[in-house]
Amino acid sequence: MSEAGELTVTLLRFGFLILLWVLVLSTVGALRRDLVVGRRNKVGTPTAREIRKNPNLVEEPAPVRTPVRRLVVTEGPLTGTSVELAASPILLGRAQEATLVLEDDYASGRHARLFPQGSRWFIEDLGSTNGTYLAGAQLTRALPVEPGVPVRIGKTVIELRP
Amino acid sequence: MSDVLTAPRSRRTVEFFLLLLALAVAVCANYLAGIGREEALGDYFWSQAITLSAMSLLIHLILRFRAKYADPVILPIVVALNGIGLAMIHRLDLSAAQINPDFTPVAPQQVLWTAVAIGAAAVLLILLRDHRILRRFTYISLIVSAILLLLPLTPLGLEINGARIWISVGFGTFQPGEIAKITLAVFFAGYLSTNRDLILLAGKKIGPLQLPRFRDLAPMGAAWLVSIGVLIFQRDLGSSILFFGLFMVMIYIATSRVSWVLIGLAMIAVGVFVALELFSHVALRFDSWINAFAPEVYDRAPGGSAQVVQGLFGLANGGLMGTGLGAGRPDLVTYSNSDMIIAALGEELGLIGVVAIVMLYVLLVSRGIRAALGTKDGFGKLLACGLSFTIALQCFVVIGGITRLIPLTGLTTPFMSAGGSSLLANWLIVALILLISETARRPAPTTPMKDSFLEPLGVNGKPVKKKSTKEVSR
Repeated sequence: MSEAGELTVTLLRFGFLILLWVLVLSTVGALRRDLVVGRRNKVGTPTAREIRKNPNLVEEPAPVRTPVRRLVVTEGPLTGTSVELAASPILLGRAQEATLVLEDDYASGRHARLFPQGSRWFIEDLGSTNGTYLAGAQLTRALPVEPGVPVRIGKTVIELRP
Repeated sequence: MSDVLTAPRSRRTVEFFLLLLALAVAVCANYLAGIGREEALGDYFWSQAITLSAMSLLIHLILRFRAKYADPVILPIVVALNGIGLAMIHRLDLSAAQINPDFTPVAPQQVLWTAVAIGAAAVLLILLRDHRILRRFTYISLIVSAILLLLPLTPLGLEINGARIWISVGFGTFQPGEIAKITLAVFFAGYLSTNRDLILLAGKKIGPLQLPRFRDLAPMGAAWLVSIGVLIFQRDLGSSILFFGLFMVMIYIATSRVSWVLIGLAMIAVGVFVALELFSHVALRFDSWINAFAPEVYDRAPGGSAQVVQGLFGLANGGLMGTGLGAGRPDLVTYSNSDMIIAALGEELGLIGVVAIVMLYVLLVSRGIRAALGTKDGFGKLLACGLSFTIALQCFVVIGGITRLIPLTGLTTPFMSAGGSSLLANWLIVALILLISETARRPAPTTPMKDSFLEPLGVNGKPVKKKSTKEVSR
């Protein structure tokens, strides 16, 4: 190979290393938005223009929440039963290990779990056969349960009470 | 982290430009690998460039239509890694063909496998719109994993270099264990997301540690037996470490109990001790790790350290900048296109190049874990963490083995090593992580609480009047 050809090849080889790092750095650059935990946190509140473009950036003032202390069965075979809520998650279902053992033919063994997060309780379906309904809508992911909102599991309906 | 308030953007355009950059890396690597050894723009160059570009653009288009909010950087990273791997395998083929003209090149087959693997990922993205469907197959995937792991022990199995982890299929060999790591991750994720509260709450407390109940230990025992079984019957240390590590990480993420990790480490210690006493190949591996440079260990016929030491010489030859693609002698290392591909890349791209490759892996794994943080269902969190962790653990075991940090074990470098089953399994993992990242980043279809007070909806989306809801709402 001639002198000039060798020089080109060497330059190309260094160029490749540079290209590799350009890829790495531009990937990191693309993630910049993710690393600075959101623009909103940096600026404090979104500007009027940002709100006009993305109305969902406005957070409604947090409603005053009464702490939830009990879980009450309002319908189904166990009507009237109540369970004190502590800080630990609760398993609902027909299985003997469940915190609230439902004697309900339409409930699955491990039907749903109620768990505290922050000041709220969330309900999550555990892949049950008949599904879990929060205020009439079937759960597809974990959702917060407000006091007085009915949660239906098979023929059983439970509610959280202060 | 998961409740960051920013306007949702799909960021597919960012993905497109990063993908072009990644394809440029892959094509340049392939061009440089062939330079001076063959006609510069030969058949293989075009087949690699066209296959990789067409298939990755196909995935990009599918993501645009089916998973608009999927993570934008995962696909470019994986395409770059796959392309660099293909280039290095091709470059080693050229060296081997110079010495032995009858040598059948590996790279064209690897290009074919790349097309198959990306095609399989595309099918998975289209068929499986939501990863939560997989939760229904929790126990089925346990059975499938068991069958996959037992297949090499049946008459279908093949023994290559002392490890019995391959089966022969019509046109070549396949490692069922690679697919088993996905099905095992699905099983662990499904099982742990359902039973985690039980495992958490039951059990005695001794000092700061809460010990699990004996019956909750059963799945851990099963995972341990699987790993030990793989080690004894298939003689494959790498997969055995991978399966047990996967289970330990997933149970730790599910319960955040240190006691599980301690019990797991104790079980590993027992397993390693027993393996050292009983199996000569494990003991030889340890010996060739600690005394790698002793002449008698280097020259020992089976289980010698020649491979590791040659790899280290290659890395030393590469130095900081590397010899340049196509200018080193990585072909001197045995299995330099599969197990030792990082040594080959280290020689030709130098420390600077290898660090860039490691950075790509780090970014890939961190995006998987970010998807796990963002998604709201427990199953998806566990699955994304478990799958990203298998990639991380494989990289650690392979790169650690090559740099003599830990004993060398035969695991594949994800996306780079020659070998179709590993490539297929890893592309399927990428498809799953993309799906999970989509659910993590997609804006919620409705603001949850405002709507859940509305009229209850029936199955067909129309409001229905139920006796029960009336009674409750009174």
